[in-house]
Amino acid sequence: MSKPERLISLPFSKSVEISFKSLKVRFFRSMITVSSLVLAVSFLGFVLVNLDIATGMLQSGGREAARALSQAGYDVDMAQGAVAMSAKERWIVILSLLVCTVGIVNAQLMSVTERFSEIGVMKCLGALDSMILRLFLLEAAMQGLAGAFAGAVLGCVFSLLTGALRFGLPSLAHLPLASVLGSVGLATLAGCFLSLLGVLYPALLAARMDPIKAMRAEH
Amino acid sequence: MSDEKRTIVRVIGVRKTFTMGKVELEALKGVDLEIFAGEYISIMGPSGSGKSTLFNMIGGLDKPTEGKVFIDEVDISQLDAFELAWLRNRKIGYIFQTFNLIPVMTALENVTLPMTFAGMNADDAQDKGIELLKLVGLGDRFQHKPLELSGGQQQRVAVARSLANDPSIVLADEPTGNLDLTTGEEIIELLRMLSQDRGVTVISATHDYKMLNVSDRVVWVRDGQVDRIERREELDISIGSIGEKLTGHREPGA
Repeated sequence: MSKPERLISLPFSKSVEISFKSLKVRFFRSMITVSSLVLAVSFLGFVLVNLDIATGMLQSGGREAARALSQAGYDVDMAQGAVAMSAKERWIVILSLLVCTVGIVNAQLMSVTERFSEIGVMKCLGALDSMILRLFLLEAAMQGLAGAFAGAVLGCVFSLLTGALRFGLPSLAHLPLASVLGSVGLATLAGCFLSLLGVLYPALLAARMDPIKAMRAEH
Repeated sequence: MSDEKRTIVRVIGVRKTFTMGKVELEALKGVDLEIFAGEYISIMGPSGSGKSTLFNMIGGLDKPTEGKVFIDEVDISQLDAFELAWLRNRKIGYIFQTFNLIPVMTALENVTLPMTFAGMNADDAQDKGIELLKLVGLGDRFQHKPLELSGGQQQRVAVARSLANDPSIVLADEPTGNLDLTTGEEIIELLRMLSQDRGVTVISATHDYKMLNVSDRVVWVRDGQVDRIERREELDISIGSIGEKLTGHREPGA
């Protein structure tokens, strides 16, 4: 055997194809993995869009709106014309995201463990550690993107509904569309990041496994 | 194949110790073995004899505690992760007792996966995959998932996959262990055909006596050591000792 003239490779497009297929085949399993993320991100989206609504009301309604918002429990800063999250709310959001991350790590560990033998086989066929890692990260990114976007939209819709119920439909008239989109985008990105963070440890664990041990793990 | 014998696997003084808690378990106690290109070798032995450990060493799936394993004259303990992956991808094809196909992929995708790793383009891989599946007699079932196939058919897919990158060695770990008598015989026949027609070195760990008829040589492993090596002609007489191994080698094969 001479020096390998061409080392092992897996083109990026092929990796995307493999991870996408693998998600599609395990659709329900992936939904369960991603459900805690959807919930946490929808909560984040809900809170952010609520703030957007409040800011919109404040900027159009002036003093009267400020009073209504204060009564509803918002932290109104009249001078700057902005509404902030209350400290309590901020903590709840952070906590929910933390719990969600733990949930994702847990769910991903389970789903990686289920696939140990598959990983072992891939390594026997010549897959490198980095390929396995890449496949799992891609899967998590796709899961995260889809789940977080669904969650953010869900949160946004709920927030608009509650806003309309609490302050009446006209309150939504001054809602700045750009900042709502920004909030949804922010929540989606946060969710995507959490999903990647959550899969990192399980994926590293899987990628570093000995092929033999990985294959025997189930039996 | 008969003109010049080329050594493809050389095992020299291999020992393997597993530490299980406080107990040290010596699975291999100094094994020497030489396997020639194009041979059909069966490694026989009861479970717990170190057969699987030896098998994993030859396949580059495990590293010896002591001693060396050469594949094609390359010491595999000297290889880094990339070269080892390359070796597993191009030089060796694996067949397992439990088939170990990837359940979410179709038969064809399973066969083409190693080709993708090797950098072959998708169309060529597709064509070659179909050709290999035809070779193992599954030409019309390449769109099926492993669970839609019978055990024997799954093992055929595994055989096709092991040939994906035209390896010089096919390692089969108990390939008939999960199959019934007839299907097992079919797989054995398939392996024999491959070794004869394609000149692939087939090394199989087994305790299936049906394997004996087709093997060029049988390596009996007992208690972490090579007990004896027999050539096919000697099998029915079934006498042999470690000493005979050397004289057995030098004579021209089948």
